[in-house]
Amino acid sequence: MSLASLLPVFALMTSLLAAVIIFTLPERSFRLRTLVNLGAAVIKLVLVGVMIWGIVQGRAYEVAFTMVPGVRFVLRADALSMLFAGLSALLWLLTTIYAVGYLEGSPNRSRFFGFFSLSVASTMGIALAGNLFTFFLFYEMLTLSTYPLVVHRGTPKALRAGRSYIIYTLCGGAVLLLAIAWLHGLVGDLSFRPGGYFAEVEDALRGPLSLIFVLLVAGLGVKAALVPLHGWLPQAMVAPAPVSALLHAVAVVKAGAFGIVRVVLEIYGLDAASDLGLLAGLAGVAAFTIIYGSARALYQVDLKRLLAFSTVSQVSYIILGLCLFGPVGVAGGLVHLVHQGIMKITLFFCAGNYAETLGVHRIDELDGAGERMPATSVAFTLGAFGMIGVPPLAGFTTKWIMGTGALAVGMDWVVVVLVVSSLLNAAYFLPILHRIWFGERQAAWPQERRWGRLETSAWLLWPALITAVLLILAGLLANLPVSPLSWVELIVAREVAL
Amino acid sequence: MTPWLMAGLLFTPLAWAVLTLLVNFNRGRLISWLGILVQVVVSLGLWAAVAGDGGFHYQLGGWPAPLGIELRVDGLAVTFVLLTALVAAACGWHASIYLDPAKAWHRYFWPLFWFLWAGLNGVWLGGDLFNLYVGLELISLSAVGLVALGGESAALRAAIRYLMAALLGSLAYLLGVALIYGQFGSLSIAGVSRLLGEAGTAPGQTLPLLLMLFGLTLKTALFPMHGWLPPAHGIARSPVSALLSALVVKASFYIAARIWLDLGGYLGSYGLAQLIGGLGAIAVIWGSWRALWQAKLKQVVAYSSVAQIGYLFLLFPLTWGVAEPVSLQAQQGITLQIISHALAKAAMFLAAGNLIMSVGSNRVDALAGVSRFLPFSLFSFGLAGVSLMGLPPSGGFAAKWLLLQSSLASGQWWWLPVLLAGGLLSAAYVFRVYRASFMERAGTDRFFHPSRSLEVIPMILALLSLGLGLVAGPVLSVMVLPFGEGGGQ
Repeated sequence: MSLASLLPVFALMTSLLAAVIIFTLPERSFRLRTLVNLGAAVIKLVLVGVMIWGIVQGRAYEVAFTMVPGVRFVLRADALSMLFAGLSALLWLLTTIYAVGYLEGSPNRSRFFGFFSLSVASTMGIALAGNLFTFFLFYEMLTLSTYPLVVHRGTPKALRAGRSYIIYTLCGGAVLLLAIAWLHGLVGDLSFRPGGYFAEVEDALRGPLSLIFVLLVAGLGVKAALVPLHGWLPQAMVAPAPVSALLHAVAVVKAGAFGIVRVVLEIYGLDAASDLGLLAGLAGVAAFTIIYGSARALYQVDLKRLLAFSTVSQVSYIILGLCLFGPVGVAGGLVHLVHQGIMKITLFFCAGNYAETLGVHRIDELDGAGERMPATSVAFTLGAFGMIGVPPLAGFTTKWIMGTGALAVGMDWVVVVLVVSSLLNAAYFLPILHRIWFGERQAAWPQERRWGRLETSAWLLWPALITAVLLILAGLLANLPVSPLSWVELIVAREVAL
Repeated sequence: MTPWLMAGLLFTPLAWAVLTLLVNFNRGRLISWLGILVQVVVSLGLWAAVAGDGGFHYQLGGWPAPLGIELRVDGLAVTFVLLTALVAAACGWHASIYLDPAKAWHRYFWPLFWFLWAGLNGVWLGGDLFNLYVGLELISLSAVGLVALGGESAALRAAIRYLMAALLGSLAYLLGVALIYGQFGSLSIAGVSRLLGEAGTAPGQTLPLLLMLFGLTLKTALFPMHGWLPPAHGIARSPVSALLSALVVKASFYIAARIWLDLGGYLGSYGLAQLIGGLGAIAVIWGSWRALWQAKLKQVVAYSSVAQIGYLFLLFPLTWGVAEPVSLQAQQGITLQIISHALAKAAMFLAAGNLIMSVGSNRVDALAGVSRFLPFSLFSFGLAGVSLMGLPPSGGFAAKWLLLQSSLASGQWWWLPVLLAGGLLSAAYVFRVYRASFMERAGTDRFFHPSRSLEVIPMILALLSLGLGLVAGPVLSVMVLPFGEGGGQ
């Protein structure tokens, strides 16, 4: 086993080690903790970069050993895993910077950053898992390591949200375990592989396989916040802003969506899944979730809750893309995994900035925020435009690709869903933007803090600006070889070869 | 070499028990440290020998059973010998710091501890039904003594209750053994099994099996005969609770399992297997449910034992009348469950003891807000909890996985909801403790950090239990090693 093949292990270990070190640091050693945090994030980003480079060259990285008789633990870097790993490594670095600024001076930071690193380690494991069993291992680890982040504030409200979160996710995990164990009993240990395993399904297996698919999607759908399994997500908004950003853009909901991608593309295979009539049902659920999430977002008064319902809606784009029976649709769904992450994290950073700097949590308190915090507000506006799908931003790219994909396979109703959802997005984002830029400030800000020359702390401001720039670039330069889209096209060419 | 190691594992603890009886707590501690070291080294040696050469039969002094003592060791037995060495060493080490030498009663901890260890090794290595009985009695009596060590009247009451249950169990078991001896003229399990295979079964012959199983399940605290366990395990000193939950209840289960696997095929029935499995399933649900509502931290952990022991009884239905590979899978799953529960539960009791020491109260709600002090023991408690919930990568997860697989493969799908619901309910009681620790409340600014060694011990055990799933392959490969011919003289 060469050193290079261990790269996935190293990528996993960086944040795991960071977590262990941080837990042992005393609360007051701020500098050392920040150094460990940022150092680990940078190292991980470099490692992921090296692996991406290797995969472009056609190398493969795999580590495997037998855990329980008949079951292997497999860590593997392939093109699809790098999509998710790259996203989380990049956004982890930014979120860490943001969190350092956000939590400055607040209690329990060692605990927070320790579990924060553990969550990222789990996310990395989910990205690199080479079979369903390994995926499940890290999927459950993610549940456990995010719980302390959700209840971080320790208020009764936070504890209630934590309870709801843990009940939803552990029940989802139990369903998932049942499905994986059953599948395993039927067909043995399945590594993820392009095209899946069930190109030709025996008639006797059709029933069980369909049922297992439903169980798998239900188990994963809890984290992916598919309606009606989304109830925990809006409640979990009581967590600190960097946690919400992490949960929504990188870790939890994405883990669910990514799992569904793996199952559809690399366990069942697109053909078998649609042959069994499973994709049509999944498409219906995803479409309903998209509309329902947007509609609920319309009625929210709390900014973060609005963003939560927006996430419910947006994550299902990824799943809807999978159901479009074609390479174009899959590409649209996969690229949204990245695009939604960048856009949503921008919005959460900005919402956190408003809350930290001005004490604003409700939408109707945002009047005139653009004048007081222009840079944050520009970033927020870009994020919102991206979500609506204004060209040339990242969200437009997704919607365009998915629309063409849907038309290509004759699923015209998907275009209607996309249009309605965009209209709803506009209907809930534009009034906010109007308040921010054109609202008249009547009263003082609820709780204003000053940071000298800048509108807010530099730790808070820069991550939001960087992600805002990224979301322009992702859309504008979509055709360049370094964009998420071209990586997705590489994945589709390699894995979905239809 | 191996016979010496086996004999050493029995007689060293007995010798140490006598030695420590003569001295006070502090001297006993010094002597015991040395003894623990010897025992661990010898156990490791035996494990290595069996892993290398396979199992052994050995007749002590050349006398055959029932007069002499027949020792046998296979992969399973040596796995338990090593497990016992690990857990007992950890608990002994913890107790040597945790127990207050000023209390006069505590000097009896060491002799009882060593008698317990001798009894446990006797059960793992014993070859015939009567010697197993002797080992079991030694365990029960020293366990009762250890519970009474608390000294308060509640502890004495719990100990008496425990004693009654244990005596009744022993009596039933002994009666069954006597009937077997009367019928077959042999006490060796293997011998009886051979005779049964030649003769076929007559209807009256199930009675001895029923008696033995009744006695042993009573001692293992199978629902609805679990009433004695929570008070005894809850009130004992923490290192004692850890020993009792981790090892003592496993000994009687081990005997029941061996009898079932060798004789159950002839004397058992589908109905009996399902009945025992069903009671185990109820224990899983009922124990977890009760654990959820306990006000005292150690009672939570004690009821959790009732639930976790329930899983073990799924062995009976999952090995009766099923294909050999499925049965083997179930046996492996149960063994992993025993090991991981032993490690996790010992970790949890020791951690709970530390936490109680830290906050000065044994109630769950007294933990409000302690997570801000980053208590090491709370981590250990949580990591052990991960194994009890059966979440990956713990040994509990590997066990649950194998049990799920064998339930599916044998078509006994009705155990699936039990396995899944049991995991969720254990998550509920573990998270209840965690939830309390995250609560932010005024006036919880005092926190006593116990000494470093006290905190490290449960962490080691919890990490072992958590990592067990990752190395389950090698552990199981030693476990399935059969007897070799040899050693007997």
